[in-house]
Amino acid sequence: MEEKRYQLNKELAQMLKGGVIMDVTTPEQARIAEEAGACAVMALERIPADIRAAGGVSRMSDPKMIKGIQEAVSIPVMAKCRIGHFVEAQLLEAIEIDYIDESEVLSPADDVYHINKRGFKVPFVCGAKDLGEALRRINEGASMIRTKGEPGTGDIVQAVRHMRMMNRDIARITSMREDELYQAAKELQVPFDLVQYVHDNGRLPVVNFAAGGVATPADAALMMQLGAEGVFVGSGIFKSGDPAKRANAIVKAVTNFTDAKMIAGLSEDLGEAMVGINEQEINLLMAERGK
Amino acid sequence: MIKIAVLAVQGAFIEHIKMLERLGVECIELRQRADLELAFDGLILPGGESTVQGKLLRELGMFDLLQERIRDGLPVLATCAGLILLAEKLSNDDKAYFQTLPVTVKRNAYGRQLGSFSVPGDLEGIGTFPMEFIRAPYIEEVGHGVQVLARVEGNIAAVSYQNQLGTAFHPELTEDVRIHEAFLRLINFNTRAFQIF
Repeated sequence: MEEKRYQLNKELAQMLKGGVIMDVTTPEQARIAEEAGACAVMALERIPADIRAAGGVSRMSDPKMIKGIQEAVSIPVMAKCRIGHFVEAQLLEAIEIDYIDESEVLSPADDVYHINKRGFKVPFVCGAKDLGEALRRINEGASMIRTKGEPGTGDIVQAVRHMRMMNRDIARITSMREDELYQAAKELQVPFDLVQYVHDNGRLPVVNFAAGGVATPADAALMMQLGAEGVFVGSGIFKSGDPAKRANAIVKAVTNFTDAKMIAGLSEDLGEAMVGINEQEINLLMAERGK
Repeated sequence: MIKIAVLAVQGAFIEHIKMLERLGVECIELRQRADLELAFDGLILPGGESTVQGKLLRELGMFDLLQERIRDGLPVLATCAGLILLAEKLSNDDKAYFQTLPVTVKRNAYGRQLGSFSVPGDLEGIGTFPMEFIRAPYIEEVGHGVQVLARVEGNIAAVSYQNQLGTAFHPELTEDVRIHEAFLRLINFNTRAFQIF
């Protein structure tokens, strides 16, 4: 990917900041999400909670279904491909998707290599549990990062863990002497210049969202207060009792993430939240896919 | 000492704030109605998603007051989504927001992200300027009294009108502070845009 294109792709992520990106499975859901204030939608056939329930191999969505969603809304449309499945990514680029999520939510297609994202014109977002994973994905060409969390659980604990880990790693790099950065680069398995960027700027070189387990306005605000620049909500919205109302509340909670009084008001009468699964109850840790 | 309010409901508002801080200007963030009680001399409407910003402006109770103040002459700098918020009419959307700038704007006029581009463009009164277009709109028609400041690929990319300054591109994503400086002159001299450019 040429330098200029990569810059433009990082800049699109900057425009999404302070917003909520919602998983949708139909044009109708996409319209509800847009009406509720989503800054982008993630088009996929099944939301993570259903992928988890169904089991089996989970793949890229039907391009026709994605196109239907592209036609339904005016905001950016993202879609997922399997980790390492560069042909699925090529197809998503061919239908002019706005962002590809090389996602651990789907079954990995390659257990060693991620996609060489520098070979594409469209931008990629990737999940990360810590700074090493984030910088490795950025080195491969990702122009946006999100925490992995644990998709489809409605349990915020892993997203919190990953965001705290990221912050801790960044703080550690920032406090290092410059001559210690070479060893840090070796340990993180990333090029020196990326580590140096983190050292000098105290942040990732791309936008960082929270994802994986956000179910309530308070969850979203928690991630924002922990330093997320925006939030992905997957199963949390369309697995709940009143999706439009909950989506709306989460959007406002992200904008006013430090205003407890407002968020308390937004949290009233939202209907039933998604049921959720605890960490100890799940057989499959999606966050362990792709490191 | 002037103070500038930056709409901070969604989008790339921090980039504007950083740029203004470089110029030694104090900023406040507008996230809800109570923030409008603070005094400010100018307003920035940043890039982001116009659908989200327009909706939150209304639902967080800021829309009417800001619209009134813009109509009364509050200086505004609007970039990309901000330009859409100011536009009197959108050619490919039934919605409209402040409608204080007499122009017709086409949203996502260059298509999806693959259509995003950056180019050095000629800006009236300023010269060559690095222009970043991210899923950008362009201006299809301008009304009486609107000054066209830049055209890119034949499409209008920047305009001024009385107290309002709108660009389809993102000066806040570059290192070039000249548009923000022009905006500060607009505020400081309590003048009209055509006297600046």
